[in-house]
Amino acid sequence: MSHAFYVTASYVAAFAVVAVLVLWVWLDHRARHRELAQLEAAGIRRRSARSGEKP
Amino acid sequence: MSEPSLAIRKFSDLANPTRFLALVAIVWPYLAGLTLCLFAAGLYLSFTTTGDYQQGETVRIMYVHVPAAWLSMMCYTVMALSALGTLVWRHPLADVSAKAAAPIGACFTLVALITGSLWGKPMWGTWWVWDARLTSVFVLFLMYLGLIALNRAMDDPTRAAKVSAVLILVGFVNIPIIKFSVEWWNTLHQPASVVRLDGPTIDPEFLWPLLVMAVAFTFLFFTLHVLAMRNEILRRRIAVLRRHAARSAGRPGDAA
Repeated sequence: MSHAFYVTASYVAAFAVVAVLVLWVWLDHRARHRELAQLEAAGIRRRSARSGEKP
Repeated sequence: MSEPSLAIRKFSDLANPTRFLALVAIVWPYLAGLTLCLFAAGLYLSFTTTGDYQQGETVRIMYVHVPAAWLSMMCYTVMALSALGTLVWRHPLADVSAKAAAPIGACFTLVALITGSLWGKPMWGTWWVWDARLTSVFVLFLMYLGLIALNRAMDDPTRAAKVSAVLILVGFVNIPIIKFSVEWWNTLHQPASVVRLDGPTIDPEFLWPLLVMAVAFTFLFFTLHVLAMRNEILRRRIAVLRRHAARSAGRPGDAA
């Protein structure tokens, strides 16, 4: 195999692993955000958020 | 009742997760933008500089392999400092930091192992050898996986934080072993050529792309770390809210 193969494979592998990491962080944030929104819609809020609503 | 101020005036103000989340919301786009710019410059330099007279084009593997290897050790060092924060100062975000850093460190270590193997085959004639440097980095990868598994296996976050912190600090002994393995033992892996007491022995033609890529990887780490910490804070908030909701549901006349 040529040197170009090893160089390309290295950069592709590095990019793939970093892409998976970025995707995981992004999807995790989306899932947590959605979960918090669902809880809020069900009336379940943090005490600080609830006390902020009081006049 | 007046709202508590979210302004960050001193470092200890970051101990408040709400303040930390507000700070992350402001800084992460700048960190991400800077990371992209640094990678653009680093990759440009990586592919426009000349090849090595002995290694040929494969020297370009160094520009991803070495920064990933450095970051794998830096990430563990960040985790060790966070572990100290958990055990000594009981900083509320210290455990969040350690837990969020573990998967990132595992990924950087994996990149270092894969690219090292892809560099080793054309240069050494083998994909892998159980020499001290390669073995100690492999052990680091296993330690990251073990810490991730431990955090996932324990339900009580306070207990998991303490056990993880102790394990992280015990495992930190591997970091100097990785660094000095090429000096203490006879290894196939070359000795250090950048971080040396007598200065770098590497030609500036290769040093500059390497340094720019190292800074780019460092910014990538910090960007992902603060975002992963934000996710972990939200995960813990959700767990607390669910627990409170379950308790309230169990008490008649006390709806959430």
